[in-house]
Amino acid sequence: MPEEKSITELGLDEYRYGFRDPEEYFFKTPRKGLDPEIIAMISKHKNEPEWMLEFRLKALEIFLEKPTPTWGGDLSGLDFDDIYYYIRPVENQGRSWDEVPEEIKNTFERLGIPQAEREVLAGVGAQYESEVVYHNLKEEWEKQGVIFLDMDGGLREHEDIVRQYFGTVVPPDDNKFAALNSAVWSGGSFVYVPAGVHVDIPLQAYFRINAENMGQFERTLIIAEEGSYVHYIEGCTAPTYTTNSLHSAVVELIAKPGARIRYSTIQNWSHNTYNLVTKRGVAYENATIEWVDGNLGSKLTMKYPAVYLMGEGAHGEILSVAYAGDGQHQDAGGKVVHAAPNTTSRITSKSISKGTGRSSYRGLLKVHEGAENSKSRVECDALLLDEKARTDTYPYIEIEEKKVTTEHEASVSKVGEDQLFYLMSRGIPEDEAMALVVNGFIEPIAKELPLEYAIELNRLIQLEMEGSVG
Amino acid sequence: MLKIENLRVAVEEGGEIVKGLDLEVGRGEIHAIMGPNGSGKSTLANALMGHPRYEVTGGSVTFEGEDLLELEPDERARLGVFMAFQYPSEVPGVSVANFLRTAVNSVREEELSAMEMYRLLQEKMRVMQIDPSFAERYLNEGFSGGEKKRNEILQLLMLQPKLAILDETDSGLDIDALQVVARGVNEMRGPEFSAIVITHYSRILRYIEPDYVHVMLDGRIVTSGGKELADELEAKGYDWVRQEFGAGTQS
Ligand SMILES: Nc1ncnc2c1ncn2[C@@H]1O[C@H](COP(=O)(O)OP(=O)(O)OP(=O)(O)O)[C@@H](O)[C@H]1O
Ligand SMILES: [Mg+2]
Repeated sequence: MPEEKSITELGLDEYRYGFRDPEEYFFKTPRKGLDPEIIAMISKHKNEPEWMLEFRLKALEIFLEKPTPTWGGDLSGLDFDDIYYYIRPVENQGRSWDEVPEEIKNTFERLGIPQAEREVLAGVGAQYESEVVYHNLKEEWEKQGVIFLDMDGGLREHEDIVRQYFGTVVPPDDNKFAALNSAVWSGGSFVYVPAGVHVDIPLQAYFRINAENMGQFERTLIIAEEGSYVHYIEGCTAPTYTTNSLHSAVVELIAKPGARIRYSTIQNWSHNTYNLVTKRGVAYENATIEWVDGNLGSKLTMKYPAVYLMGEGAHGEILSVAYAGDGQHQDAGGKVVHAAPNTTSRITSKSISKGTGRSSYRGLLKVHEGAENSKSRVECDALLLDEKARTDTYPYIEIEEKKVTTEHEASVSKVGEDQLFYLMSRGIPEDEAMALVVNGFIEPIAKELPLEYAIELNRLIQLEMEGSVG
Repeated sequence: MLKIENLRVAVEEGGEIVKGLDLEVGRGEIHAIMGPNGSGKSTLANALMGHPRYEVTGGSVTFEGEDLLELEPDERARLGVFMAFQYPSEVPGVSVANFLRTAVNSVREEELSAMEMYRLLQEKMRVMQIDPSFAERYLNEGFSGGEKKRNEILQLLMLQPKLAILDETDSGLDIDALQVVARGVNEMRGPEFSAIVITHYSRILRYIEPDYVHVMLDGRIVTSGGKELADELEAKGYDWVRQEFGAGTQS
């Protein structure tokens, strides 16, 4: 049983989320790898307008031209020719809980989400096999004019809005992986919030990768019109696989004047996944964009959520947590560009490394000339769970304006012998004591998440730490 | 219930600190240990609780017939051993309530419900005159010296151990706090509760009356007596002990 073997090799036998559902594919690109013919097939299959096909083909050219980045992490194990670029499940999209396929319900079951919480997961869009199959948009939102669809549906039903904004925040030539995503994207969410509308309950999407050798290239676009507010949550628990798997998403956020978008993610990829994501938001006058980002699992994660502060008084906030266990590299951080006066930003990054795990903070702070009275604060804290673990920071700062305030703080700490002894002297076993210290370390970020996600984050970290303790 | 025989404890950079110590603590007894700075009192306490930095190089310790030295600190705690730290650690991001819930459920056979836990905590915090808002503060972070000590006794009350080792819990407390701490300990007093009270001052022993007082000098107990020994010690000082009992020399 080759799969069993690989799970053991990965040291994931305790990995409770490593289950997988039977794969029933409705459509699969006939072969691995990428060329214009495959792109055309994907686009035709989705019945896309001509301009999207052109967009994809142009992006493919860029992807093929651009070299694989050599900074960040080791991408040498990644073989772009060994991946299926599009898969779609049999089930169609459901609107109510009853219509949700049994398989998906089982998935929720196994993720241990209690029924009560599933109900609260109103407006859940669960991306299953490259595509959102479950969608339940609350009635009042529809009445308010809020659009929450999977990206393909968004393109079908709101082509004009999509065409206006798609690829404007993260253009295909931004980087190699943005180009790849632009060429083969499938699924993701499309959210449009009309002016003045406050969406009180977070919009949530739960998705997983479930096909061997399959890349997942979801594309999310959120537009918050003037004075509106929305919190979008993306959670992801991936099963384990035998071969390297690629996840390369693009997320674009547009916060119009006075709008606020919060985007929260907890991702837990199987330990052979390359997780290469481009997330960027633009905030106009007095708008706020907040990224809350939890990165677990994967072989290599390269992810630096960005905020471009384009209008006066805009605010950007990036909170990220990364856990790097044995053999993992988390290269995460954030980017903020101050392009207007009186803009403020804060980056808080926390990383935990254990064993041969390595976590890096990579951040860019850029203040353009004329962005007077901008204020920025960067804090990155690393926690090492043992002697072997490693952490580094790469803070890049480019400041073209004189009248600015920037603060940068970095700390590295180890779980202390005295701290552990103190907790253990109260009857708490070593692994739990360690988990308690770690949970405390990420508390400033966990408390920004809705309770069930904070619990999930803590539990996932605990799971990751299990099996390697003692 | 606790039997220490010829215990020797060493630390990596300090060599042997406890040099053949004998002590027996019976059920329901309160023992005070006094002794000058550096005589090895905290070292003894830490060794009894199982701090990894304190290496037991000889002797034995049994607790209710079990070999304590074989056990991890958490296992000792689950047997009913508790130590109030002279310098409690800070644990950022972990609230007092969360910590106590984890600890209490670790030592108990049956977990308490959230409601029971809440009531228990409220009740014990009242005894210790700790403001309820402390439940949500991060463990010992930013606590004043006195608040830390009170928090140690709060933990004692929550965990209900059979044996408590109080390492200078009275140091740095104002008069009111001293009484609160003493009241907390006295609430535990009974035929099933024993304690070792490490202190420099006889004052606390007026509130927590010891059955025995021991004097520790250079890693050993050199003399023992009733509670009047504490007053004598305070009046005459340690030089008197050194002369009288000829300790301070290497053996
Ligand atoms: N971890 C350690 N490393 C090196 N030396 C140590 C260590 N712990 C204790 N010592 C030394 O052992 C001796 C006894 O220390 P200990 O803390 O046990 O004394 P004490 O009796 O509790 O003193 P005090 O009354 O000041 O609290 C001291 O000389 C101290 O410096
Ligand atoms: Mg001491």
